[in-house]
Amino acid sequence: MHSSVLPVITFLPLMAAFFILLLPGRNGGVIRAVGLIATLLTFLISLKVLFGFVPGEPGMQFTTEHPWIPELGISFSMGIDGISLFLVLLTTFLMPITMLSSWKAIDHKVKEFTFFMLLMECGMIGVFASLDMVLFYVFWELILIPMYFLIGIWGGKHRIYAAVKFFLFTMAGSVLMLAGIIYIYFQMPDGAQSFSILQMVETVRLTGREQFLLFAAFALAFAIKVPMFPFHTWLPDAHVEAPTAGSVVLAAILLKMGTYGFLRFAMPLFPGACTAFLPLLMILSVIGIIYGAWVAMVQPDVKKLVAFSSVSHLGFTMLGIFVLNTQGVTGGILQMINHGISTGALFLLVGIIYERRHTRLIEDFGGLAKVMPAFAAVFLIITLSSIGLPGTNGFVGEFLILLGAFGKSVPYAVFASTGVIFAAVYMLWMYQRVMFGTVKNEKNKNLSDLDLREYLVLVPMVLMVFWIGLFPNYFLRRIEPSAELFLQRFESRTALLQNEQPLREIDQKLVLVEDPEKWSE
Amino acid sequence: MAMLEKAYLVPLFPLIGFLLNGLAGGRYSRKLAGLIGCTTIGLSFLASLSAFAGLLGLPAGERVVISHVYSWITAGAFNVDLAFRFDPLSIVMALVVSGVGFLIHVYSVGYMHDDPGYSRYFAYLNLFAAMMLTLVLADNLLLMFVGWEGVGLCSYLLIGFWFEKKTAADAGKKAFIVNRIGDFGFLLGIFLIFWTVGRTTGVWTLAFGPLRDTIAVNAGLLGVGFFTVTGLLMFLGATGKSAQLPLYVWLPDAMEGPTPVSALIHAATMVTAGVYMIARLSFIYVHSATALMVVAVVGAATALFAATMGTAQNDIKRVLAYSTISQLGYMFMAVGVGAFAAGIFHLMTHAFFKALLFLGAGSVIHAMSGEQDMRKMGALRKALPLTYGTMLVATLAIAGIPGLSGFFSKDEILWKASGLDGSGYGHMALWVIGALTAAMTAFYMFRLFFLTFFGESRVSKEAGSRLHESPRIMTVPLVILAVLALAGGYIGVPQVIGDVAGWEHSNKFAEFLDPSVARTVEHGGALHEGELHAGITGFVTGTSEVFASDEEALHHGEETGGSAVAHTDAHHHGDHTKQEWTLMGISVLVALLGIFAAYRIYIAGRYKAEPDEAYAGIHKIVYRKYYVDEIYDRLFVRSLVGASREFFWKVVDVKLIDGLVNGIAALFRSLGGAVGRLHTGFVQNYAFGVITGVILIAWYVFRIIK
Repeated sequence: MHSSVLPVITFLPLMAAFFILLLPGRNGGVIRAVGLIATLLTFLISLKVLFGFVPGEPGMQFTTEHPWIPELGISFSMGIDGISLFLVLLTTFLMPITMLSSWKAIDHKVKEFTFFMLLMECGMIGVFASLDMVLFYVFWELILIPMYFLIGIWGGKHRIYAAVKFFLFTMAGSVLMLAGIIYIYFQMPDGAQSFSILQMVETVRLTGREQFLLFAAFALAFAIKVPMFPFHTWLPDAHVEAPTAGSVVLAAILLKMGTYGFLRFAMPLFPGACTAFLPLLMILSVIGIIYGAWVAMVQPDVKKLVAFSSVSHLGFTMLGIFVLNTQGVTGGILQMINHGISTGALFLLVGIIYERRHTRLIEDFGGLAKVMPAFAAVFLIITLSSIGLPGTNGFVGEFLILLGAFGKSVPYAVFASTGVIFAAVYMLWMYQRVMFGTVKNEKNKNLSDLDLREYLVLVPMVLMVFWIGLFPNYFLRRIEPSAELFLQRFESRTALLQNEQPLREIDQKLVLVEDPEKWSE
Repeated sequence: MAMLEKAYLVPLFPLIGFLLNGLAGGRYSRKLAGLIGCTTIGLSFLASLSAFAGLLGLPAGERVVISHVYSWITAGAFNVDLAFRFDPLSIVMALVVSGVGFLIHVYSVGYMHDDPGYSRYFAYLNLFAAMMLTLVLADNLLLMFVGWEGVGLCSYLLIGFWFEKKTAADAGKKAFIVNRIGDFGFLLGIFLIFWTVGRTTGVWTLAFGPLRDTIAVNAGLLGVGFFTVTGLLMFLGATGKSAQLPLYVWLPDAMEGPTPVSALIHAATMVTAGVYMIARLSFIYVHSATALMVVAVVGAATALFAATMGTAQNDIKRVLAYSTISQLGYMFMAVGVGAFAAGIFHLMTHAFFKALLFLGAGSVIHAMSGEQDMRKMGALRKALPLTYGTMLVATLAIAGIPGLSGFFSKDEILWKASGLDGSGYGHMALWVIGALTAAMTAFYMFRLFFLTFFGESRVSKEAGSRLHESPRIMTVPLVILAVLALAGGYIGVPQVIGDVAGWEHSNKFAEFLDPSVARTVEHGGALHEGELHAGITGFVTGTSEVFASDEEALHHGEETGGSAVAHTDAHHHGDHTKQEWTLMGISVLVALLGIFAAYRIYIAGRYKAEPDEAYAGIHKIVYRKYYVDEIYDRLFVRSLVGASREFFWKVVDVKLIDGLVNGIAALFRSLGGAVGRLHTGFVQNYAFGVITGVILIAWYVFRIIK
């Protein structure tokens, strides 16, 4: 199925961004309105992708391809499958919400802010929709710049430190990845050299040693982005300093570029090496789940707590992907969306009280449920979705991931499942200290409850929580075929590579291939 | 019967009530909010009644009607439907939950009358009812888990209903987290069942019907270890929800919630979910003598342990809380010896008399303007005649006085626990603990009763001046519950008593329930217990010894399960009859002794607020609940929080990882030649340093590859 809807939604925000630069003045409602309308329009057009997507079809849909630099085999090639579908939609869904949420919070350099936000939307959709490595890499790097400025200009007290740390961590990974991409390009058969992702996956044959090193390069880039333990320390700083809109986008979408990268690139391109690394990756995922929860528990700052909870949640996602069965991978992909909704909403909520009180320290609050009952109710729903209560989105994802993990390896599943307990501990403890008790701080006594704009921001998130929680099959039916295809390819390529001498040498050295049932055929 | 196919309506009504009250956010009048709350749960009760009548119209062996609503979660071989089931077991539970629930909703209209959070209260209470009904009517394990966690949420919300009180908010949180520890076991149990049964038999399901059939045929293939591990994991879930050792600690604190909540959630319904779950999964438990034994022993130990703590509490609700834990232990003892019907029977009678006790206590508290300390009560029987009368019935019932509901269910459990009837896994030691608990139960219940209603009035002048009997809307539910507590036992009269009255099939309850619960296989005890080892091997390979004959017998038994109880008749002849009467006599006798002791101390003796010197030490230990809360706090809570803060965060995260990162950054910076602009924000310098470093590494990497 060919369609040009993907380039349209990718570049509509970019066009709007440059249009805004032409507008007079630096602040004011017009700029905000243009930003909101552009993102809303993008969202509406992206619904065409949702409704047009064929559920049972595992391959790429809405494909489009135009030569770009034909001499080098670079093309403008886009398309989405069940893995990327909801990531694109999550992006277009969240952008109008973040624009609306920043209506008051961003009161200086509105023009620049809106420009960067729209630029970022272009990059994010591009990353998930690109089917060409170079195109992907351009979008991947494109995001870095607006995010850097979002933190650096509109951030908190230590914004510069956080911005630089964010930039460097991500750069460090992505430069290695670039080197890897170029290396793979030169390994393709002469005359058939191309940066097409699908072709690379199909045609590149690498030795075990090559796979090993290249996987390490890619995995590092993506692991930093996810972030997996122990590459996560940039995240709490970035989140704490970023403005609300930045945190929402960062948590909900930017982190998913890492998990997506594993699914789309690192694992399909280097299945052999990936298999060898699996135990390590799974252990890191499980450590992330537990460690993230423990450290989240003792954070005095709500935003930092949510940031560490992301480490824990993303640990679940990665574990699901690495267990390599239908339940795990499907659950992992769904959990990416879930985390976007739940954690995105948590940051929106934190932003709402920050706007009123200019503090995010838990100890500054207490008793808010009395003063802001509607706010407390929404906060509760999102908290419950974050701890994976059945009926909410979080449960479906976590359940499938843990179910898949149990099928692969009981100990991993047992340790990962403890995360369910700890999630309840840190979230409910935080909720209690912020919402319950009596209002002790004078400044909290007259806080206003949610206004219309804030309802407009939060209600869509709450609806998503229950839509995915109660009717997950709408999503799973679209995700699963692509997850299955991913698994089939992974298995057949691993089986193929198993016979190649160099890889086996490495395997023997590492003695890491487990689950002989599956791999030794 | 049209209702039979519409099981989903039963939880749907209160869910609608929740949405109406919840979304209105307090904009409805009190009258309307209360009306919505009571009507919706009332409709559930009527629907359950209609379904019950429908089920009775079917032959005993065919009383299972499932209604599929839609397919909920599908991924690969995994599929779970939103589907509800009416069968004898679920309908009994639905009737108890919606019936007692309705009474408590009505009572709440009066009890919560002045509360500013009135409509929020009814919203939560309706949500609880919806979740509890989902739990009991669910047709598969996962939907049951939805209800299971859902009631936990409502419990959290209702315990912490008066959230401005720190103790209330703390108690709610504690309940939720301790429950989650149990849920962890439940979840792992689901995983184990799904994968093991799927891999071994090719049937990938969590639905009760197919699961039961598959297990019945393949029990030997699955291996006893599988049943033991599954049974224990699920039981971990039960210890959380039903407040058993070692996870009982949340329930006494849960008394921070409004009293009708304690009656509904923390006495009559939610806390019994664990017992229900084991009865529902009896087709798994009967295959593991070990799992059953653990259930029985933990139940018995909890029953006794909680009863001792009940004797020393001064807060009227806390006495009832420990009593609930103790009675739940009784129920687990029953299901643990394989007497599933007896466990459910006690669950039902307990729902009547314990709900009544709590509501009665609520009426007392209401009259006393919120006072809960029994040391400040006394002689209330004149001021609160209806409360006094109904509570007397409930106290006699729980004490096991012959003729009242508690007597029948308790006797049934004790008889089965003794193991003398030979049908299950009972043992005389369990009976001894049970009888001892019965004596203590009678003692602490009459202690409560005497301290509250008899003796000299210790009521403060201020409270005394406002002393009044509760309004009708509260006393009518009390009276109805009193009737149930009095007469509810007659649907399950043990056959040995029925024989005297010339009443065949006197245990109608067990007979009705029989098709829903599995029976332990009699000759030589189901599958002989192997090591857990076998189960783990079985999990991977699906091999284990096959007990062909047992398996066939079991299968046969379940197929023809309809005609039920007849086989137990044999046991009621001769020796068995004599033994059963003897044991019954002893247990009644010790209960009377307990009552007498309470009388001697609290009526005949002079009441003293503080215990005698001689007992002060032990009294303090018991009063302080053996310091279990303090030990848990030191052992788990503080050490985890401390380690997380002082080590994982401040050392690992900040010093180790970030230190390393900063070190590398500094290294690159010096390599890149940029001069000391550490925090000035010129990203170019850093980027230059990093890129240089990366290119060097890349170059090196490529050299290796070539």
